[in-house]
Amino acid sequence: MYSHGSESLIKQARDIQEAELKKFYRRLAKLLQGKELGHEAMDSLQRLHLILSATKFTRTLPAELQKGLLPLLSSPVEQLQLLSSAVLRETLPLSGEELNYTQEDVLQLNSHTAALLLSQAGSRADLSSLCAQLLRSLESRQSDGPTHSLMQTLPILNTIITHSPECLTEDHLTLLSKKIVDWLRYASITQGGGASSGGFFTGPRSRQPVPTAELDGTVSGDFFTVLCVGQGFTDDQWMNVYSFSMLRHWLLTYHSVPSGSTIADAASPANRPQLSFSLSHSHSFSNDDRSEVDGSVVSMVSATSSSSRLLPPKERLREKAFQYCLRLIEQSDRKALKRTDTELQKACLVEAVCILDCVCVEDTSLVYRTFPCVKALFGRLSSDLTFARVLLPIAQFYLNHGEMAAVDCESVWKLVFGRFPAELFNSPFLAHELLRFLRLNLESLQLRVPEYTRSFPNLLKFLAWDSPAVVDDFVDLLPSLVTAETAVELLHTMLDLPCLSATLLLQLRSTCSPISEPGGRGLLSLDAFRSASLRGLFLYLLRTEAGSGDTIDRLSTLHELLAEAADWPRVVQCAQTVPVLLHIFFSAVVMIADEKLSAHLILVMLERSSLLLNIPTYIKEIHRVFSCHLLRLCKLRPSLVVDQSHELLEFAGTTANVYSKDEIYTHVVWALGEYLSVSSDSRCSVRLITSCFEALEAVLFEITSSAPPPGAACPVPRVITTLMSALAKLASRSHDLIPRVSLFLSKLRTVTRGGSVAWCTDEEDLVAIVMRGEELWSLLKTPGVAQSVLTPPPHVTTPQWHRDTNLSMPLQLRTLTSLTHTQ
Amino acid sequence: MVRCFLIHTVCPVSALSAGESRLLFSRVFGPDEGVLTEQHRGLGPEERRVLRREKTAVVARQVRSAVSLSREASGRPPVEAVPGEEALALQEAGSGAVRLRAGDPFPEEMSALWLAVQSLGFTLVCEPHENLPLAEGTLRNLTRHCLEHLHMLGPGSEVLLRSDRVDALLSRLLPHGQLLFLNHRFAQSLEKEVAAYMAK
Repeated sequence: MYSHGSESLIKQARDIQEAELKKFYRRLAKLLQGKELGHEAMDSLQRLHLILSATKFTRTLPAELQKGLLPLLSSPVEQLQLLSSAVLRETLPLSGEELNYTQEDVLQLNSHTAALLLSQAGSRADLSSLCAQLLRSLESRQSDGPTHSLMQTLPILNTIITHSPECLTEDHLTLLSKKIVDWLRYASITQGGGASSGGFFTGPRSRQPVPTAELDGTVSGDFFTVLCVGQGFTDDQWMNVYSFSMLRHWLLTYHSVPSGSTIADAASPANRPQLSFSLSHSHSFSNDDRSEVDGSVVSMVSATSSSSRLLPPKERLREKAFQYCLRLIEQSDRKALKRTDTELQKACLVEAVCILDCVCVEDTSLVYRTFPCVKALFGRLSSDLTFARVLLPIAQFYLNHGEMAAVDCESVWKLVFGRFPAELFNSPFLAHELLRFLRLNLESLQLRVPEYTRSFPNLLKFLAWDSPAVVDDFVDLLPSLVTAETAVELLHTMLDLPCLSATLLLQLRSTCSPISEPGGRGLLSLDAFRSASLRGLFLYLLRTEAGSGDTIDRLSTLHELLAEAADWPRVVQCAQTVPVLLHIFFSAVVMIADEKLSAHLILVMLERSSLLLNIPTYIKEIHRVFSCHLLRLCKLRPSLVVDQSHELLEFAGTTANVYSKDEIYTHVVWALGEYLSVSSDSRCSVRLITSCFEALEAVLFEITSSAPPPGAACPVPRVITTLMSALAKLASRSHDLIPRVSLFLSKLRTVTRGGSVAWCTDEEDLVAIVMRGEELWSLLKTPGVAQSVLTPPPHVTTPQWHRDTNLSMPLQLRTLTSLTHTQ
Repeated sequence: MVRCFLIHTVCPVSALSAGESRLLFSRVFGPDEGVLTEQHRGLGPEERRVLRREKTAVVARQVRSAVSLSREASGRPPVEAVPGEEALALQEAGSGAVRLRAGDPFPEEMSALWLAVQSLGFTLVCEPHENLPLAEGTLRNLTRHCLEHLHMLGPGSEVLLRSDRVDALLSRLLPHGQLLFLNHRFAQSLEKEVAAYMAK
C-alpha cells in the first residue's frame, strides 16, 4: 500500500530546489493564462499541491501565480475549483489580496471557495461577515437558485458556530430557527426527482406525486425525516437531512441555558407584551413560513402537541426537535431492508435520545412527555447487546432525569455496570464510550449510583483487555473507585490484572475453539479453565461485583496455571500499565485510609510481594511501587511500624527476602530502623527494640559471612548499609546494644581489609560499605550524640520554623521584603 | 463537527524514526481555532499553519502507536489484500478510538477514530459530543471510497497525486466536517456525484 514510490515522491516534493521551483511556478502561471485548461494544467496543479503540502513550512507563491489561481475558484469545472482551493489553503494569501468577504458574489459561493474563506479567516469579524453573507443569501434565495450553495450553508454555519457562536446575531438566530423548523417538520412528503407511480405507458401528464417510503418499504404516514427514502429528493428534503445533522450542536450551542418559561407561560397574557415582537415574526404569512399549511397528512406525533404556533421561534424549534426525535424512535423500530440503513437507525437512535436529553434539560416540563418513550425504547433494546451503544445515551438520560421523574433506574445500571463490561469488554468503541460516560458523570454516579464503586472487578475488564487504549481513562476514573470498604479488594484485583487479562483470553478462546484440540497442542491453561475443579479460581477473577472476599486462597495455584500466559502480548501490555495505576491507587487511598486500613494495606503488600504472576519486569516494577508506598504509609503514620512490628519483623528476619525482594526488604528495614522508637509510638518497649535488633543482626551476620546461596546474586550493597544503619539506630535507643553493633562493625573492617569477600564482588561497593560502617562505629562511640543524630526528636525532623522564636523573625522579614519588593 | 480527516502510515517508514507517521493526506475543517483564542493571537498565519501541521502530526503519531499496540495484542497475522479486494481489506481492518486529552494537541478533549488497513491508517478526529456510531460509519464509508477510487491497495501513489479526489469525496460526504445522517438513497445520490467526478 505505502510504497517506495510514494515515499520518494514526498521526498522529491520536500527537497525541490529553489531554482527548479521558480521555473515550475513560471510555467504554471503561463499555463493558467490560457483559455482552456487541459490535462497538463491539472497535473501541474496537483504537483503544486503536493509540493506545498509535503512540508510543514509554508511556501509563498509568487504574486503572478496567485493572481492566476484566484479566478479558478469560480471556474465551472469543479476540479479546478477544488485544486485552486486546496493549493491556496496551503499557502499564505498575498496581503491586500485576501478574498474580500463583502465583494464575493455569495450566490456563486461554491463549497470549495467557502472552505478557503474559512481557513483564511483571520478574525471573528471575518467569520461574522461570512455568516451575514450566507444568511442574506438564504433569505433572499430564489426558489430556482443553485442547490449546492443552499446545501452547504448549514455545514458552513455549523463549523463557524463551533468556534465562534457569537457570530450569529439575534436576528440570525431567529431566522435560522424558523428555517430549520420548516425544513425539519414541513419538508415535502412526496418523492422528488420526477418519480412517478405510473406504469410503462404513463406519460408526463398523469405523473402523480409518489409519497416517500419508510426503510422497510411501507409508505410514509407522517412527516419526512432522515429515515425516509425515495427515488429522488427535493431540495427541502435535502435540507431536512442537513438540518437534522446539525440540530444537536445547534441546541447545545444556543439552547443550553434552560428557559424558565413553559408552553403555557408563553401564551399567557402577562407575557404577551414581551413576546409580541417575536410573535409577530412567527405569524408572518410569507412564503417561507409553511407552518400555516400543515398538509393533508395528519401527523401522529404532532397531533398530540399543543398549539405550538404561538411559541417564539426558539421554543418552537425545541418543540419540533422533540417531535422529530419521537418520530425517529418510532421509525427505528421498523426492520430496514438494507444493512447500512440498520446502522443508520442505531445512529439516529443515539442522536434522538441525546437531543431529547438536551431538550429536557432546557425545559424540564418535557421530561414527563419524554420518559414513557425513552423507557419503552429501553425495554425494547435492553436485551439486545448489538444496541449497546444506543443504550449509553439512554443511561445518560436516566441519570439526568430519572430522579425527577421518580423512575427506577436499577435495570439500567445493571446493564451498564454488569452486562456491558462482562460481555462486551473487547469492543473498542463501546469501551471508549462507556468510559467516557463514566468520566463525564463521575460526581453524579458517585452520588446516585451505589453500584458504581462496587463494579470495579467488571470495569477493570476493559483495562485488562486493551490497556493501552483505555489506561488514560482509568487514570481519571481510578481515584473514584477507591473506597475504604473495597480498597483492599481493589488492590488485590489490580495486582492480578494480568491474570484477568489471560483469563479473558481463555474465556474467548474457550467459546471459539473446539473442546479438544486436534494434535494435542492444547494450552495447559485452557484445559485448566475448562476443568470443573479449577474453574472456580477463574470464575473469581471474572466476578462482576466486589464484596465476595478480598482474594482467594489458592492464588499461587492460579499463577502456576497461568504461567504460560506470561508472554502473551495482551497480558504483557496489561502488566505494563499496572504499576502506574497502583501509584494512583495509593495516592487516592492515602487520603481516606485510617490506621486499620493502612495496616491492612501494608500486610497485603508484604504478602503479595511474593505472590505475583511471573512476568519478568512486572515483579520488579511492583516491588518498586510497593517500596515507595510502604514508606509513604509509614511516614504518615509512624505508629504503624510498632503496630505491625510482628509481621514486619517476620519479613525482615527472613534472609531469603534479601535476595529475592531486595527493594522491599531495604525499605522495610529502613522503616523499622527509623520508626521503631518511643517517639513514634509510646508502646514501643525495650524488649521490642531488642528482638528487632536481634532479628536484623542475624540476617546481617548471615549475608556477610558466606557466599550467597547457589543461584542468587550477591546481596545489593544498599541492603547491607541499610541493615547497618538500622542496627545503629536501634542501638542508639537501647544503649546496651551498642557494644554488639560496634563489635560487628569492627569485625567487618578487619575482614574486608583482607581483600575481597565472597558476598561483595565490586570493590567500590565494598569501600562504601566499609566507610559507612566506620562512620556508624565512630558515631556510636558517643551514645548521646548517636541518639540525637540517629533518633532525632520530632521538632528537628518536622521543623516548624515559624514557631521557633529564634528563626521566625528572619523569616517574617524575608516574607515582608519579598511582598513589598516590586520585581 | 469533525476537526480533521487524515490518511497516514501505520507501518515503519525507513526515513522516519520508529514511532513517527508520514501524513499522506490531511484536511482540517473550519477556521483555524488559533485565530479565535487568546493564547495564539500573536501568531501570524504562517506560524498558525505550522502549528496546525504539528497538531495533525501529533494525532497521526498517537494513532500509529495505538494501531501497533492493538495489532501486537491481537496477534493476528496481517491480511494482504490485493486491488479488487477492497471489501475484504475493510472487513479485516482494525479499528478503535483514541482519547486525545484536552491540550494534547487540541484545546478541548477530542476522540480520534481510526481504521487501519494494512500499512495505512484513516483517522477522523471528532468533538466529544459527536455521534460516534455515525462517525464510525462515515469513516468506513470514506475509507472504502478512498481504497476504491484511489486504488490504494496497489503500489501506486494516487493518494498523493490525486488528492483532489479525496477532497471531492469529503465535500460530499463530510462537507466542512459535518457528519450527515444519510440513508442508502441519499448516500447513493451523493456517491453518484462522486463517481461522476472521479470519472473525469
